[in-house]
Amino acid sequence: MDVYARRRFANAMVMAFSVVATGFGLLWLVLVLWTLISEGISAITPALFSQMTPPPGNSGGLLNAIAGSVIMTLIATLIGTPTGVLAGTFLAEYSHRSRFGEVIRFINDILLSAPSIIVGLFVYEIMVVPMGHFSAWAGSVALAIIVIPVVVRTSEDMLRLVPNSLREAASALGSPRWKVIVMVSYRAAIQGMLTGVMLAIARIAGETAPLLFTALNNQFWSRDLNAPMANLPVVIFQFAMSPYADWQVLAWGGALLITITVLCLNIGARLIASWSTFK
Amino acid sequence: MMSRASVATMPPMPPAASEPESARTAKVLIRNVEFYYDKFKALKNINLSLRDKRVTAFIGPSGCGKSTLLRVLNRIYELYPGQRATGEVLVDGENILAPGRDLNLLRAKIGMVFQKPTPFPMSIHDNVAFGIRLYEKLPQSELDDRIESALRRAALWDEVKDKLKQSGLGLSGGQQQRLCIARAVAVQPEILLLDEPASALDPISTQRIEELIAELKSDYCIAIVTHNMQQAARSSDYTAFMYLGELVEFDETERIFTHPKERRTEDYITGRFG
Repeated sequence: MDVYARRRFANAMVMAFSVVATGFGLLWLVLVLWTLISEGISAITPALFSQMTPPPGNSGGLLNAIAGSVIMTLIATLIGTPTGVLAGTFLAEYSHRSRFGEVIRFINDILLSAPSIIVGLFVYEIMVVPMGHFSAWAGSVALAIIVIPVVVRTSEDMLRLVPNSLREAASALGSPRWKVIVMVSYRAAIQGMLTGVMLAIARIAGETAPLLFTALNNQFWSRDLNAPMANLPVVIFQFAMSPYADWQVLAWGGALLITITVLCLNIGARLIASWSTFK
Repeated sequence: MMSRASVATMPPMPPAASEPESARTAKVLIRNVEFYYDKFKALKNINLSLRDKRVTAFIGPSGCGKSTLLRVLNRIYELYPGQRATGEVLVDGENILAPGRDLNLLRAKIGMVFQKPTPFPMSIHDNVAFGIRLYEKLPQSELDDRIESALRRAALWDEVKDKLKQSGLGLSGGQQQRLCIARAVAVQPEILLLDEPASALDPISTQRIEELIAELKSDYCIAIVTHNMQQAARSSDYTAFMYLGELVEFDETERIFTHPKERRTEDYITGRFG
């Protein structure tokens, strides 16, 4: 075999393995999506969005769980985004390779990969136990703790991509530091930072463990943030494990709903990342 | 050490003996300036003066400290911890290296244009307005007038007057650099520092920038860093040749390029090294 034939053969082998590996990975994704859609599509009815979670044997929907998920995700984002953006700003703009900054960055990375059940247990200890009951507040805080490291990381990374020459140019005009950051760095990094926030929301949209220990669940419509609140992941968890067929159908519907939401958030994040604000 | 330093520190035009006179005519007087990147000494005992309404060029091979020296003049290096300067830089007789100076006010007085164009991610109008708004609260019409005159000074007005609301990032490289010059001019500084302003531009844009420098000279004290010797020869009145952190020779541009006193200067401008 001459050298070129050998190279062609090696090339063909590597390509074949790559294709097979890619196909293997995609196969599961397709199977998951297919199962979700085929099982869940029948549950996507107007009732799903207009009725409360039913007792076994009755018809119903997921309205209270959807609302609860939206409320808690919203509060978590409202807590997590400013905190995360400011911390990311500190790391990228102020800490300057200082030891303190390095330590914070390291801890943030640990938090980023911390199992979410630990976050749930932590909030259980610091909020649920002292308060004596599960609550939507506790659920929101647990989700916020998951949002923060994601936003810290993306904000820092995106701000670091802003060239120093831009900061120098703004400073050279006599601009104070905070104005350089707000008017120039943030503007230059806004797309990436928004993308990070969307990905963080996508991340918490399906989190179950932290809510199981904090917001728990609620069979009824509740807007009281001091009381347990229904939410999609825990409802899915509970309904899917139940022996009741109609609960199982609702669980499939909820799962499909979360998947679609996450998909939309990811597509949204991609769109934001690709549009150039200033054409 | 002493003998070398004495050659380097000789203030060019009025010799050392009449330094008081140079202090009177100089807009900027650089005295015994040394600069450190952490422990690395990048500038060694620099003495130099910049005259008002004149262009002074800093030339020398890469790493000789010419940009560093420029960055001392508006203390922009202070953005980075670990960089520090010693000595004195007198602007109108006041030492700007003294502790306690308000750096933002200082920088508003000393404009700077960088090697790569640095338009902010905002509209052309807002780019120019950025610096003005920092220190002045002008009514809209007056602000617009200032922006127009700055853009005219930078020879950019005719090209952008119909798209002031569009992003500055949409302009060509040469236009972006002129936008940066307009932005610097708009805050009405007294001194302009140009750090290789044309090195990233095509010949036609470069020529426009050079014409612009000649134009702006009538109002400002200009210092320009360049590693293009023709550019230094064409557009400056005085030239400082630097090498390895030292000021080797400083004189009128014509003399530097025709009768350099130092061998190293001659070698450099004739292209024997660098």
